Formats: sequence, structure tokens, C-alpha cells
Amino acid sequence: MRIVEKAQLMSASEIDRTLQRLAHEIVEKSGGTKHLALIGIRRRGVPLAQRIAQAMRGIDGVDVPVGTLDITLYRDDLSKVASHAVLQSSDISFGVDNMDLVLVDDVLYTGRTIRAAMNGLFDLGRPKRVSLCVLIDRGHREMPIESQFTGRVVQTSTTEIIEVRLREIDNEERVVLVDRLD
Amino acid sequence: MTHRFRDLLALEPLNADELTFLLDQSKPFQEIQRHPLKKLATLRGKTVALAFFENSTRTRISFGTAASRLGADTMNLQAEASSLKKGESLLDTVHTLDAMKPDCLVLRHAASGAADFVARHLDVPVINAGDGMHEHPSQGLLDALTIRDRKGSIANLHVTILGDILHSRVARSNIHLLGKFGCRFTLCGPAMWVPRELEKIGAPGVSIRRVFRVEEALEGADVVLVLRVQTERLHEPALSTDDYVLLYQLSAERLRRAKPDALVLHPGPMNRGIEITPEVADSAQSCVLDQVTNGLAVRMALLFLLTAGDSENGEHPAVEAQAPRNRRSTDVKDPSHASR
Repeated sequence: MRIVEKAQLMSASEIDRTLQRLAHEIVEKSGGTKHLALIGIRRRGVPLAQRIAQAMRGIDGVDVPVGTLDITLYRDDLSKVASHAVLQSSDISFGVDNMDLVLVDDVLYTGRTIRAAMNGLFDLGRPKRVSLCVLIDRGHREMPIESQFTGRVVQTSTTEIIEVRLREIDNEERVVLVDRLD
Repeated sequence: MTHRFRDLLALEPLNADELTFLLDQSKPFQEIQRHPLKKLATLRGKTVALAFFENSTRTRISFGTAASRLGADTMNLQAEASSLKKGESLLDTVHTLDAMKPDCLVLRHAASGAADFVARHLDVPVINAGDGMHEHPSQGLLDALTIRDRKGSIANLHVTILGDILHSRVARSNIHLLGKFGCRFTLCGPAMWVPRELEKIGAPGVSIRRVFRVEEALEGADVVLVLRVQTERLHEPALSTDDYVLLYQLSAERLRRAKPDALVLHPGPMNRGIEITPEVADSAQSCVLDQVTNGLAVRMALLFLLTAGDSENGEHPAVEAQAPRNRRSTDVKDPSHASR
């Protein structure tokens, strides 16, 4: 099987502008940031959540807490992948009760990751509201889950893969569409 | 990183990277002990068989709670209630349990090598919950996790072990784990319990010395591991309980010989007033309750690593890449009969 890069979907500056816009949208729609917090889903949701929080500080000094969530224990496909699965720590240092939480991830696809993340969150308490922010929505949902804050919607086929490469993890900064060819 | 754990029988064969991996995998489960809702559905539908051929309360409860917090069911076999009293062999008993199709077997047995013996005969993953005088790997892991949390690292510590080291699987698992991180060991206790052979049980290069005065043994220690004294092993005229208290009990005064931030560990259950004074047991240096909580985290991590996965299709690729495991059926002696 070959992996072929088909197109670049976003450059570094487009990622940056998109995150700025998402930060503004979240602040605008939340109606007060007192109970607002961001939860980055490991791995690439974590730097994205931190960057959105950074952008919010530039808006009007809004300082929102950022937590990280590892969803491995809540996956519904553990029987297929678990033996290789390596757990990471979740780190949510604030109480989630009555909070207005925004889950942050890089790509929204089947919706199963978000289902798992919500199960993880509800083990920690009862948030007032949970919304979802993603950099890319690529369609093909298998769950009744939608994002409220979306960077870009991309039409894809199921053999294609969207790779979000971030400087914190991948030492480069862009979003590419790759295809698996047999 | 993928892992290659099929069973967990002993810490001795594991290298520092593998041990670090097991400790790191316990961290997310430490967080879960602090959650308001501690129950996960991760192992829903899986069954963990707890086969305890030797009395145990805390280890059995710890594994049982770990299984239930992961959403797994347990089947319990306890020595008193079991058919062992009716003369069934260890192998027949575990084959019977295995026929009920558990996804993991946790085994405690009075014979050294029992877990290894059972693992060779069954395809189900086996976790050794203590075998005779050999090893108690989950205890070694939870002790190391406790030390690492309090000290920040388990590298190059001076560890003093007090008590009946000869009969202690806890001491052996601790030496096999901490020795791989450059820790050095001082063993102290009555001479009959600290024979010269113990100096050689570590991997090559691990420093183990025997000291018979407790004050000298504690000098400069970073960690003091106090072992439970089996009072039935103390008897006149060799050594009475009073003699033991006088010569080896860990008291606050003696503990002052160790480093000011030295940690005190005890695998439990404690005999207050025999191997340890209540003052030390309840001091800020004592880690005994942390050990209990960390035991749950370690055991959840082990159950997760060994039983999550596709039980229908067997082993995952990282395991298949290894040489096929030899499940012998006839050429190993049943250790449960060896001691009779």
C-alpha cells in the first residue's frame, strides 16, 4: 500500500488565522467566559486548545483554563487496537461541574472519539454545557455528533486521510490530504 | 511504543525500559482513583479469575477492585473454600477455572514458581500475585511507583530492607526492580533470615550488603522497606518476639539514622509494635496508605495491558512477532506437589 500526498489543505498561516477566528467565535457564542474552559483531546487537540487559549488572551485578556483528555480507556474499538494502545495521562486541574466546556480536536470524522471524550468528561463531573471545536470536519459521521466551531469543512472519500501536522508534535505546520493506494 | 507483555510472572526478567513503561502506564489509573466516578467500562464483558491458593485479603481485594473499576467481572477461588482441600491438584484446579473462559488469571500460591508453571500450561494471561518465596511483581511495581512519586525518581537510591528477607517475595521483587535503576541495598535482620546467598540475587553489578546492626543498616538510607514479621516464625530459644523488637524494630529514634526525607514502606498487614512502632507507621515519612492506593492503579494498568484486546482472535501483532511461546503440558513438575 502506498501513501500519496494529494493536496495541501492549509498552510501554517491559514492554520493560525483559523485558530484566531475560532477563538473569537468561542468567546462570542459563550456569552461570558467566567465558566469557560477548553479541553484538548490527545494528542493534536492539546496544542490546538493551548493556541486557542493563547489567542483568547489577545482578545480581551480572557484567560481560560486548558485541560487535556486521553480517551484511550473510553474507546469503543479497544478490542481491535487496545493491545498496542499506550495510555497517556489526562490532566484536568479544575472541576468540571457547571463549567462551559469546549472540546478541541484536530479532525472530526466518525464522531467516535468525541463520544469517548464525553464519557471521560462525565466521569469527572457534570458540566453545564459541552461544545466541540475542530480544525477540520471531514464528514462520514457514524454518531449524532456535530461541531459548533469548525475551522474548515472538507469533502473526503473514506480511503483518504487528513493529516494535521503541528510544530509542537510534527516539527512542521500544515494540513495535508493523503490517499491510500493499493 | 507497543508492548510485548503476555503474562506478568516476575520482575527479574524485565529491563529498565519495560519497568518504566509499566510504571508510566499506572499513572492514568492513579488519576482515576481521584475521580468522583471511579468505574470505567473499558473491560466490560471481560472476566478476571482470582485464584488465591494462599490466604490473602488485601491483594485479593486490590485485584478485585481493580477489575471492577475497569468494568470487568471477577470469579473468585479461595483456598479454604476450594477443592484443594479435597485433594485436587493445582493444574486440575486452574484447568477447571480456565474452562470457564476467563480473560486473565491472577494467581497467588505458596509454592515458588507456581505462576510460571500455570502460565506454561494455559493460554490465558497470568498475573503472579505472589508465589512462595519467589516474587510479588505487582507489589514491587506499586512500591516503586510510590517511591517515584514521593522522590521524583527511583534512580540511585539507598534502600534498606528490614526483617525476614529470606522468605520475602516482596524483598526480591523490590531488589529486581529497583536494582535495574542503580539502587543499592542494605539487608538487615536476624542472621537466619539474611543468609549470604541473598547478596547475589540481584543482576550483575547490583550492590547488596548485609548488616546486622539496625542502626548501621539505616545510616543514610533513602528508603526503608519494613517487612512483615511472621510471628509463627519467631520462637524460643532462637529468637523471641521481645528479642526481635529490641534488636530490629523500626522506631522513630532509629529512623533518625536514615536521611531526614527517608521514606518508610511496608507491604502490610503491619504488626504495630513488632517490626514497626505506631509512631513511625503514622509518621509523615510513612507511605503505607499511598502504597495501597497505588496498588489499585498498578493492578488496573496490568489488567488493562494484559486483557484489553481481541480475545476472539488471540494475540496482537507485537506478540506474534516473538518466538512462539512454548506451552508444555507434560515436562514440568507441578510445584504444588513438590513440597509435599
